[in-house]
Amino acid sequence: MRGTLSERILAHSRETPDRLAIRLLHGQRPEQAITYGHLLEESLRYAGRLEQSGVKPGSVVLIIHPHGADLVFGFFGTLLAGAIPSILPYPTEKLDPVHYRQSMEALFQLIKPRAVLTYSGLGETLGSLLDPHHASLLLPQLGRGALGVPASMSPRDIALLQHSSGTTGLQKGVALSHTAIFNQLQSYAEAIDFSAKDVVVSWLPLYHDMGLIAGFLLPVLWGVPLVLMSPLEWVRAPQMLLQAVSRFRGTLSWLPNFAYNFCARKIHASALAGVDLSCWRAVINCSEPVSVRSHEVFLERFAPWGFRREALAASYAMAENVFAVTQGGIGEPLTIDEVDPKGLATTGRAEPASPGVRLLSSGRTLRNVEVKIVDANGDSLPSRQVGEIALRSDCMLTGYYLRPDLTEKAIRDGWYFTGDLGYRVENDLFVTGRSKDLIIVGGRNIYPADLEEIVNEVEGVHPGRVVAFGVPNAELETEDVAVVAEVDTEDEAARRQILEAIRTSIARQTDCVARHIHLVDSRWLIKTSSGKISRHANREKLLTEKGLATS
Amino acid sequence: MSPQQIIVEYISAEILRDKHRIIDPKEPLISSGLIDSFSLVDLALFVESSFGARIQDHELNAEHIDTIEALMKLVNSRLA
Repeated sequence: MRGTLSERILAHSRETPDRLAIRLLHGQRPEQAITYGHLLEESLRYAGRLEQSGVKPGSVVLIIHPHGADLVFGFFGTLLAGAIPSILPYPTEKLDPVHYRQSMEALFQLIKPRAVLTYSGLGETLGSLLDPHHASLLLPQLGRGALGVPASMSPRDIALLQHSSGTTGLQKGVALSHTAIFNQLQSYAEAIDFSAKDVVVSWLPLYHDMGLIAGFLLPVLWGVPLVLMSPLEWVRAPQMLLQAVSRFRGTLSWLPNFAYNFCARKIHASALAGVDLSCWRAVINCSEPVSVRSHEVFLERFAPWGFRREALAASYAMAENVFAVTQGGIGEPLTIDEVDPKGLATTGRAEPASPGVRLLSSGRTLRNVEVKIVDANGDSLPSRQVGEIALRSDCMLTGYYLRPDLTEKAIRDGWYFTGDLGYRVENDLFVTGRSKDLIIVGGRNIYPADLEEIVNEVEGVHPGRVVAFGVPNAELETEDVAVVAEVDTEDEAARRQILEAIRTSIARQTDCVARHIHLVDSRWLIKTSSGKISRHANREKLLTEKGLATS
Repeated sequence: MSPQQIIVEYISAEILRDKHRIIDPKEPLISSGLIDSFSLVDLALFVESSFGARIQDHELNAEHIDTIEALMKLVNSRLA
């Protein structure tokens, strides 16, 4: 597979203009079926508007839209204009507009977008941040604008940017070339036996690598029908996914680990009348630590509706490798490794033991990806020894956009150091944790430093005496955000007030919910030898003291 | 206990896991970050199984049920 993303869309529209590309589901409103011909025409209209606004090939265009046609056409329109799209999450009602505006302002200064495609409600907030001589704000437009002329690009050019969540995450736009994306999609398509017989069903957000690459670009560029729904609607009605799989004979979906439990526990049997899941050939667990139990819970719950054990699959993926590093569970069951939990925790040896802790394999590496497990010095470790996962491939990021300093730190001698921990047994990769302090809540990345900075500002909290980390959520098998802050007051009412202020500040500034907020007395928090507050040690201390379930 | 008391108790004990948390009927629950989106389905299932009042999927958001007051209005209209 060669060429550029635009060329693929142009080829599909020329060869099979009437073939269905995307079926957009809208909870309350009628669905929209988009053919390749329609996709090209509407996307070219966006391209035309971008060209008229002076957007040149190679410039960055930010796209901030909820689920819907404008998101899809805006994205492909940007590609067709030869510009670089980056889809960002849109703010929910929780976010404080002032803080949102500030984080966007910082992002705009860093990546200097030439245009922002968004909806009118947000346009007002963002428009004032753009220098009108430099950048344009494009709202959805009714009526018939002129079609743009597809720009010719080189496969080595940057095709798109991926930003992960959080203020800290915004500083790292993962820049991916057309070549890297095609190399990934080609080898990934082989790894999952992707074919014209497939139908992809997805609720995943397109600002996330799993949603954008697996749940959007893979099917659309490969000419395989995609049924796409809104993440926001799905989380309120998880049965939508199963109903859509049944109705459109879906064969493939990708889910973060929590979603297996979420679906199994929160869907009422009455919502599943007539549902038949026997067509679902692979449901791929990805983007959060994978768990044997989540798969068992899902299988047990949905087997009566035709869900097959063989459909349970898993993958280890990251935006820096476009998407997948490994894939397992296609054509053969996922390996389960039962190891001694003590050895794993103390020496990092995954020694087989029965009974032990059961770890689920993320599968084997794609044919174009090399993985090694290394110690702190970067030296390779033997089989069954836990270390940092490093990878090398022909589908890696070009770099972090306009951040050579961060790129240099992450890639050394051609290897990308993931910050994730794991071990190998023969061909299987087992991911056991993270060396970076990232918190992943339901597949969404949250940076503890962002939260700590916010809590530091809350009145009554000891400045600098705050720590944030993830704790296990046993019900959904994901993580919850936990914050520990030192306070002086012992007054119950005053403490309650500080606690509420912390909760509100986090919600309004990050759009995430801190489920565990603990106020402690001075000098509760443990510092490292270098005087920094240790996230790891304080996490252990809290889990022990509060008896929060450990995984 | 009235339906309102039962719902408030469910929210503080089961969703917030903080039985002593007092919830004001006018206090925003969703837009304030008190209740996260993963718990909204639980709340709807609880209301439906306890009172037979069905909250539609598209009503599970701050626009429709951000406060206990708004939630009770909706529940009561379904009970009538």
